[in-house]
Amino acid sequence: MTPVIKKTEAKTNGKPFKVIGQRVIRPDGVDKVTGRAQYGADVILPGLLYGKVLRSPHAHARILSIDTSAAEKLPGVKAVITGKDLKPAEDKVAKSGESSVNYSYLSQNVLAQDKVLYHGHPVAAVAATSIHIAEEALALIKVEYEVLPPVLNVLDAMKDDAPILLPNLRTKELGEVVSDKPTNIASHEQHARGDLAVGFAEADVIVEREFHTNTVHQGYIEPQNGTALWNADGQITVWTSTQGAWDQRRDLSEILHVPLSQIRVIPMEIGGGFGGKFPVYLEPLAALLSLKSGHRPVKMWMQRDEVLKATGPTSASVIRVKMGARKDGKITAAQAWLAYEAGAFPGSPVGAGMGVIFAPYKLDNVQIDGYDVVVNKPAAKAYRAPGGTNAAFAGETVIDELAEKLGMDPITFRRINAAKEGDRRADGPIYGRIGFIETLDAIEKHPHYHAPLPEPRAPYMKVGRGVACGFWYNWDGKSSASAVVNPDGTVSYLEGSTDIGGTRASLAMMLAETLGIHYEDVKPMVGDTQTVGYNDGTGGSRTTYGSGMAAYHLGKEIIREMKQRAAVLWEVPADDINVEGDVYSYGEKRITFKELCAKLDETGGPMSVSVSLDTKGAIPALATHVVDVEVDTETGKVNILRYTAAQDVGRAIHPSYVEGQIHGGVAQGIGWALNEEYYYDKDGHLMNASLLDYRMPTALDLPMIEAVIVEVPNPNHPFGVKGVGEVPIVPPAAAIANAIYRATGVRMTVLPMNPKNVLQALGKI
Amino acid sequence: MQAFSYVSARTLSEAADILAREGDQAKCLSGGTDLIVFLREGRRSAKVVVDVKGIPELNQLGYSPKEGLTIGAAVPLHRIYNDAHVIEHYPGLIDAATLIGGIAIQGRATLGGNVCTASPAGDSIPILIAYETTCIVASRNVTKAIPLEKFFVGPGRTVLQPGELLVALKLPPPKPNSGAAYLRFIPRNEMDIAVTSAGAMVVLDEDKRRFVGARLALGAVAPTPLFVPEAGAALTGQPVSDEAIEAAARAAQAAARPITDMRGSAEQRKHLSYVMTKRALLRAIERARGG
Amino acid sequence: MSNKVLVTATINDEERSFVCEPRQSLLEVLRDVLHLTGAKEGCNNGNCGACAVIMNGVLVNSCLVLGVEANGAAITTIEGITPKEGLHPLQQKFLEDAALQCGICTPGFIVAAKALLDKNPNPTEQEVRYWLAGNLCRCTGYDKIVRAVLDAAATLRAEKQAA
Ligand SMILES: Cc1cc2nc3c(=O)[nH]c(=O)nc-3n(C[C@H](O)[C@H](O)[C@H](O)COP(=O)(O)OP(=O)(O)OC[C@H]3O[C@@H](n4cnc5c(N)ncnc54)[C@H](O)[C@@H]3O)c2cc1C
Ligand code: FES
Ligand code: FES
Repeated sequence: MTPVIKKTEAKTNGKPFKVIGQRVIRPDGVDKVTGRAQYGADVILPGLLYGKVLRSPHAHARILSIDTSAAEKLPGVKAVITGKDLKPAEDKVAKSGESSVNYSYLSQNVLAQDKVLYHGHPVAAVAATSIHIAEEALALIKVEYEVLPPVLNVLDAMKDDAPILLPNLRTKELGEVVSDKPTNIASHEQHARGDLAVGFAEADVIVEREFHTNTVHQGYIEPQNGTALWNADGQITVWTSTQGAWDQRRDLSEILHVPLSQIRVIPMEIGGGFGGKFPVYLEPLAALLSLKSGHRPVKMWMQRDEVLKATGPTSASVIRVKMGARKDGKITAAQAWLAYEAGAFPGSPVGAGMGVIFAPYKLDNVQIDGYDVVVNKPAAKAYRAPGGTNAAFAGETVIDELAEKLGMDPITFRRINAAKEGDRRADGPIYGRIGFIETLDAIEKHPHYHAPLPEPRAPYMKVGRGVACGFWYNWDGKSSASAVVNPDGTVSYLEGSTDIGGTRASLAMMLAETLGIHYEDVKPMVGDTQTVGYNDGTGGSRTTYGSGMAAYHLGKEIIREMKQRAAVLWEVPADDINVEGDVYSYGEKRITFKELCAKLDETGGPMSVSVSLDTKGAIPALATHVVDVEVDTETGKVNILRYTAAQDVGRAIHPSYVEGQIHGGVAQGIGWALNEEYYYDKDGHLMNASLLDYRMPTALDLPMIEAVIVEVPNPNHPFGVKGVGEVPIVPPAAAIANAIYRATGVRMTVLPMNPKNVLQALGKI
Repeated sequence: MQAFSYVSARTLSEAADILAREGDQAKCLSGGTDLIVFLREGRRSAKVVVDVKGIPELNQLGYSPKEGLTIGAAVPLHRIYNDAHVIEHYPGLIDAATLIGGIAIQGRATLGGNVCTASPAGDSIPILIAYETTCIVASRNVTKAIPLEKFFVGPGRTVLQPGELLVALKLPPPKPNSGAAYLRFIPRNEMDIAVTSAGAMVVLDEDKRRFVGARLALGAVAPTPLFVPEAGAALTGQPVSDEAIEAAARAAQAAARPITDMRGSAEQRKHLSYVMTKRALLRAIERARGG
Repeated sequence: MSNKVLVTATINDEERSFVCEPRQSLLEVLRDVLHLTGAKEGCNNGNCGACAVIMNGVLVNSCLVLGVEANGAAITTIEGITPKEGLHPLQQKFLEDAALQCGICTPGFIVAAKALLDKNPNPTEQEVRYWLAGNLCRCTGYDKIVRAVLDAAATLRAEKQAA
């Protein structure tokens, strides 16, 4: 098939790129549209066993005993494991993806030891010759529990007399443990600058509100899976859908107490992650079951209810915001108090939320306090711009209200306070070349912002338009890559970033651009922990930045080598060889990359190169969104009529996939805003653990989403990349809340803004 | 999922024999969109699954102006909403059939299954009640007819005894100057279970100014789908007016006795009983007037 | 105590026989027995459409069909939609329009869209959205998927007119 290349509409700021900015066909595309691509659950191996997990029916309980004898006797069962088979891991913290991980907690989350801390917490696992036998075996395992009272929301958990989840937990107060009192509050942190009292005294208007947001899930369509073979020689191979193969290798090493070198993690194609596929869940269990069943490979995958009950959702939160501004529009003071549910183990993204909440604005007097609090829900894990959406929901609603009180256009008000290059954020760092104002301009100029609102379709329908902005840090991190230059002029390119949304294409484009060759002549492949150098995971909006940087340096290395070859060919000094696109020249002598490749054999033999980088220089992403909603005031239902999102992307390498990231982030943000939430009964059972009742948007719930690409190139990146994936989920909830206000005159302070909560806010029920 | 055996029954008596023999350990399989989920989740148990899709009586779909509509219990929804007679004479049923699940669910799901699952939120039920549907039930020896509003005894429970199966649903021919509509409230726009729903059928006089009769049923506001004769009574004999519709909607709201669960709160459902009744009636009237 | 049954079905135009337990779903049979792993399991209870296949001309979720029910049926999976040469216009447009990110939902969407276009060669955007509402995608916000289906419909109509 000849790939079709569509001309891009994206601006290239006058720079003549050959490949960058084109809408090329992704190299893994044909496999994915024909069903041939191998995802984690598609692994089939000789002698494969099937594993299943027994999960706690209680939200909080002590495990008194587990009797597995009947399960072990069931024909077809090859291994049964419980917490006893898992030696406790060390109590130490390491970075994992965008968040950090404590191995002791991680291990307890993978398989409970003496206590279960949420409905769905794993207590045992079985491997059998069929999935149905494994399931029958689970039913034969007898577990005796002493049921304990659960604590199910952050404010309850912070009370002095709250049931305690983790007896050894002590609050880290601004980094120090100052009390020996058992608690559910894992930490309190603070950012402060200036003088709040002075700032509020100076204000002409002050707005103060409290916001409550519910637990939501990443909602990737592919459930967690893992297949492991613990071989007789002690080597462990794991096939899995992971965002971070190297993170997994390290986690497995710590949990299983096996050296890194004995573990190989092979990242399969992955069906979505959004941050939630960094942590290990099934992989260590599959490995232990493999060992115990006599070194047979064991495959495990979750059912959807298990995904919802037991894999990282993101935090419910309570956020209080107080802001003051002068008549001229200048914000004089801003204060926020954020308490995030960590779930069963410390580690909510409250720190990130603290950074996001006021980030788009230049503030002189500011204080932000954040609390990380454990509750009897699954351990919170990263979800696209972790902690950002709920923080921005609070912050941007108050900003909208200030603008309204001052009688100012919401974009004008934001522009007056907008952060620029050189301004310092509340959490410390100084901004590089951000493009926030450019996104405000883009929305202000956009026809959507000026279009008249559609007529309501019935007397009880109200329509409104809302605006909100968002910030995300963006990450750089470590990347490695290697390449083989082939005699036919192509380059086999091995990179180590799991490809969740077309990054193989973008990375190959940057390598092709660097080499001046055709995109089709780069043959990318995702390697594993044994075949390519270390890579941080695919997350934090880092892949196109960091691994793109590696692609560029890999290209430069290839060029250096190619110059050597040309030098041998022409018997001239390599340093004097000129490279222009794919043409190597010396005086009158010229040879193309392809021609030179054909002469590799005679100029020194085969060629391969590799690079490993610790990249720096990521610059945050900022975005401005505008949305039109229609509110049915009799039913409380909110429909999204039109959505436009402008985002500074630095440089759109592959505009289609940049738009795709914006579309996807906005869609998830709309889901979070309108209907997604965990519904627990009073005993802590998750009642809506299915995709029918955990209501993510369907195709009929969304309009086309217009992505406006703003390019303010990052000077630290050879192609100007900034990172795209996360910020689009940050503004939607706030933008929709502001639109609902403009439609109905009611300020929404809860997420989700589902029909029930909207009816309540409207005073109808 | 527990192990079970599978029989694809070819005749009514074959199915009835197995059901009689195995009692409540035999389960009918129609489209399977409920049964397979229930068995997988352990919410139902079965030793034998009897596939009833191959039984001719359960596969009939026929209309006559005198007899009305007969729908075999195992006719999938996509056949129903593509049927010219149903489209012409029972638009309220089209409302319900096109919103159960998504297209792939509608390729399998049946009215028999929807009715026998007996969910208070089952989308076909309120409108079928409004249409005065009769259930034809058979066992090895007996065939009987039961009005649909008498078919349910609790959430997931019907009057069917072990050994009995639902053969067909019979809808009388539409009365002149009548119209019907089904509306449900869901937070999403598709793929959702009714928070509250209303099925309404109205019969107007020749001038289409006055209600000659009306039937209304609500979904998801009681342990079973709820027939609300008070709503019909509030309309019968009244002129078509905002006041009459308001009175019927208030009667429906008063009859609703919902609970709070993951899909909605009791207060919300109580409120929606009123809103959905009003909207369903307006639509039904519009249809009766030829809209 | 296995009660396996012999089943014969036409799968992607090939007659296939397999043995399965009645409790095994068609999805399980396709993936684990026949190794046709193009149909994906996203929910195993009818809510996501990742397992969609066409059975006797009707779109169904294979996780809600028993393997034994396939006896005598004709089934088309994503593997069977790919023509002998090149790609089906839906597959081609999904690639050109970047209608997939992670791609796990893609087989289900393409199968479902094929069933739509077989019935309605000229659907509106709203009709496409309604038809595909049973297929969840968490990556794309559906924008590019809907466009790809509309584009593929146009291609198919043009091909038909040319023929
Ligand atoms: C994703 C999804 C979405 C759904 N959305 C909706 C929705 O929007 N609205 C809604 O109302 N429902 C919905 N449902 C539920 C289900 O699809 C419907 O209830 C459907 O009509 C059931 O029909 P079926 O033929 O599949 O039933 P089956 O699963 O075959 O049977 C259902 C029950 O009835 C019994 N049964 C079947 N036939 C007979 C008979 N002839 N005699 C006696 N007993 C019998 C079975 O033993 C079983 O207990 C949804 C289900 C899924 C999976
Ligand atoms: S796996 Fe069948 S519909 Fe989700
Ligand atoms: S592309 Fe990932 S779910 Fe659709």
